[in-house]
Amino acid sequence: MSSKQMSVFRKRKITYIAAFAIILALYLFSSLITEFHISEGVRAFPDAVMWMAEKLIPDAKAFERFPKILEKLFETTLLSVAVTVIAAVCAFFFSLLGSKTTRLNGIINRLVRMIASFFRNVPDVVWAMLLMFSFGQNILTGFFALFFTTFGLLTRAFIETIDEVSSSSIEALNASGADFMQIVFQAIIPSSVTGLITWVLYMIETNIRSSTLIGILTATGIGYLFDMYYKRLEFGSASLVVLSIVVLVILIEMLSNMLRKVIQ
Amino acid sequence: MIRSETWSKQEMEGAAMPILEFKNVSKLYNGSTKALSNVNFTVNQGEFISIIGPSGAGKSTLLRCINRLIDVSEGTVIFDGEDITAVKGKELRKVRIKTGMIFQHYNLVDRLSVVENVLHGTLGRKSTLSGMAGHYTEDEKKLAFEIIESLGLSEQAYKRCDALSGGQKQRVGIARAIMQSPKLILCDEPIASLDPKASKVIMDHLAEINRTKNITCIVNLHQVDVALKYSQRIIGVSGGEIVFDGSPDELTQETIHRIYQSSSSDLITDVSGGQYEQ
Repeated sequence: MSSKQMSVFRKRKITYIAAFAIILALYLFSSLITEFHISEGVRAFPDAVMWMAEKLIPDAKAFERFPKILEKLFETTLLSVAVTVIAAVCAFFFSLLGSKTTRLNGIINRLVRMIASFFRNVPDVVWAMLLMFSFGQNILTGFFALFFTTFGLLTRAFIETIDEVSSSSIEALNASGADFMQIVFQAIIPSSVTGLITWVLYMIETNIRSSTLIGILTATGIGYLFDMYYKRLEFGSASLVVLSIVVLVILIEMLSNMLRKVIQ
Repeated sequence: MIRSETWSKQEMEGAAMPILEFKNVSKLYNGSTKALSNVNFTVNQGEFISIIGPSGAGKSTLLRCINRLIDVSEGTVIFDGEDITAVKGKELRKVRIKTGMIFQHYNLVDRLSVVENVLHGTLGRKSTLSGMAGHYTEDEKKLAFEIIESLGLSEQAYKRCDALSGGQKQRVGIARAIMQSPKLILCDEPIASLDPKASKVIMDHLAEINRTKNITCIVNLHQVDVALKYSQRIIGVSGGEIVFDGSPDELTQETIHRIYQSSSSDLITDVSGGQYEQ
């Protein structure tokens, strides 16, 4: 091996060691500031598990409340589905304006991307906090908070899907004299529909999870039930809420995987 | 062979009817990069023309200036007796209906069936609404199936395009272009992604369309030997300028090297003498 080849390998080794050292230093620094010690965390773990085993098993009272929990869970699921579908429809038309291959106007194109990125980058919980000022603790707050982030994220995702999947067929139909709406319905929708549906399904899953958290803030849906039981120290009921959310999310995930296979 | 059997130069010029004219056409990208500079040529009805030249010479740009997928920066483009340099909206659609286009990567809607893709060739003549809904008349469907049969795709007619081979996809591309009943077909590297056998099928189909339907063909090619074999006229483009315009007989080795800006023996054609030779 020549000295040049040697130095390439040595450089690689030095890079790895330096990266490791930097990460270690960062950890030490931040744990010093926050007074968090991993050893304490680990030591506290067995106690926490014992406590959970003792208190978090749903009791008889929890099961009496099960119908109510299911009802709220159902409400939350429906809200998430509704929000995602409405946001997806808006995002689709918006993404046509933001896509590079279909764009009608450079300024609108950039504007759309900026708006989408703004809505996407503000987390839904922050949206919920903001909207509470205007709507109060209301289901509309949760609805709009989820709508904004979903809209922002789906617009971005749809733009990429459309650009990736259909740019070549858009060019072909353009060359044959088709107009914009014809191209949308004959080329863009057929070639990107599976990609779009996959994103919508993913957002429905995500929104069911997020709506739980937002519900705690806005005192609606399943989040509200959890918050209430937890604060009343009725841990059995609270844990039943958590368990049913887990089961629901897994079910939805399985369902959307099945759907994805069907529409391939 | 096809060339020498069916055409002589005199016959060609006897029927001379200009369908396309480029006058001092230039194209600048971002105001500075010159893709085409001062391009002049005239195409007669029924000609089969190959455009050859190195990658990045401006072949694709030249082709796309004809159907205005790219706007020219300077000069005039006259197509079918009309100045189309700056036409917009409905007028532009009319121009595009009259020019079919075939692409290197076929540019089909992969998730739709062959016949649906072929019927896309009618969209330009349809109302927005019936085009959106994919509503085609019986006559259009009949014509589509006739074209599909003439290209030997009958068995594939209902298959989704992503299930086809490259050669079959390109035949669908040709069918879609013919469906427009165009006066001119533009082919952007139609065989660059195909094996030699499929390439021959595609080139033969193009030659036949040109001959039987009297549709003018302008083909961008990388393979000089293919250009020599199939075209009546070759245009050599280099650095955005036309450096050769003449019959295949006039294209000497020297000229080829000038087009590709290479010294002798740097080109694949120098080695093989043409892989498409029978």
